[in-house]
Amino acid sequence: MIAIIDYGVGNLFSLRSSLAMVGAEAVVTADPARIAQADRVILPGVGAFGDARARLAQTGLDRVVLAEAAAGKPLMGICLGMQLLFDRSFEFGEHEGLGLIPGSVVDMTPRITPGLKVPHIGWNALEITKKDHPLMKNLSDGDCVYFVHSFCAVDCEESLLARTEYGGAITAAVARGNVCGCQFHPEKSGRIGLEILRAFCEIEG
Amino acid sequence: MITKRIIPCLDVKNGRVVKGVNFAGLSDVSDPVALARYYSESGADELVFYDITASAEGRALFTDILREVASTIFIPLTVGGGIREVADFERVLACGADKVSVNSGAIANPALIGDAARRYGSQCVVLSVDAKRVGGRYHVFAKGGREDTGMDALDWIRRGLDAGAGEIVLNSIDTDGVKQGFDLEMLEAVCAFSNVPVIASGGAGCAQDFVTLFKAIPKVDAGLAASIFHFGEVSIASLKALLADSGITVRRV
Repeated sequence: MIAIIDYGVGNLFSLRSSLAMVGAEAVVTADPARIAQADRVILPGVGAFGDARARLAQTGLDRVVLAEAAAGKPLMGICLGMQLLFDRSFEFGEHEGLGLIPGSVVDMTPRITPGLKVPHIGWNALEITKKDHPLMKNLSDGDCVYFVHSFCAVDCEESLLARTEYGGAITAAVARGNVCGCQFHPEKSGRIGLEILRAFCEIEG
Repeated sequence: MITKRIIPCLDVKNGRVVKGVNFAGLSDVSDPVALARYYSESGADELVFYDITASAEGRALFTDILREVASTIFIPLTVGGGIREVADFERVLACGADKVSVNSGAIANPALIGDAARRYGSQCVVLSVDAKRVGGRYHVFAKGGREDTGMDALDWIRRGLDAGAGEIVLNSIDTDGVKQGFDLEMLEAVCAFSNVPVIASGGAGCAQDFVTLFKAIPKVDAGLAASIFHFGEVSIASLKALLADSGITVRRV
């Protein structure tokens, strides 16, 4: 069973449906006992980093997520959920992240070709940098996934699984030990997205 | 590089897709779920569902359908039609919509754009504008293009962007249904200042019209159409092959 962490951000309908599609049982929950029973955990997220981080702290779910990660359970962050895994973010001030993956989250605007629209919205191609990682096993370079974001992870070369090109290289997927994350939305990325979720469900805990 | 999006639009009334459709392999051509699956499998990058039902029963059917589509098709879904207040956003988002398109509801209550953007994020709020040339300017039309509001379309779009709209669908009434290509002049005028994605709508008559669109106005992010896809005149797979051959970056499935 997969626990999708419910801390009041984002629309989890598609994530739950897409996991059902790959044959995984998933619950949306904020209950630490149910999260502890799950064999893997997904941290979703849409919106601003600071608000989401504060909600995780208020609900105590940050400690739950850290404990599950420390116990070696496969954990995946999606979109803002991936950004929360890093050390810190500079979205509207500076906020401490969960510190599970080394790196920072910064505004992409000054890092990309001037004039490109931000947020980066739409389907963009993956360039896979760690082809042997279990999460990437069903993917090929050039596979497109769906992005919606204005901030991006940097200084995380060691954890990088895949990047995309948007007026510069943008972090698309990362992993460190049992913890992984996607900047894009696998639950909105058609067949390729389902392959990533399927691969996550097959990672050994 | 980010790909140009191709977006079929489905008008749904009382649970059925309006406008005749005729595809090989589709037994029920007005079933929105079957049609959505067909488009998704043939490479549509996103789907737009417009609820053109007037009754409460029709609306309930619409949300049932949306839920079913969102449970089986994993590409972005945009919903429009009858969105008048934040509660309407809530209703369709809870059924699996990713973005909500506002048009007449935002004209009647411009605060809706900002209210929704603050609550759900700009990425969720699509401002759809029906515009037509009147006396050398572009006017915004309401109620499905029947009513001239007298508002300048470029001013209205600027206001929408300031309020937090995350995408613009620009539908030219002048080119809509004429099938002679998109309204490049009007799109150019909007792309000159829009800092969010602009989706061209109205006028696609053949696959080449999309090539012309993306070549003439590189800042346009997506092309939306209904009848040329529904009537099977252009398949999404062949359209994407043509775009790729013309040097335009698209997502292939």
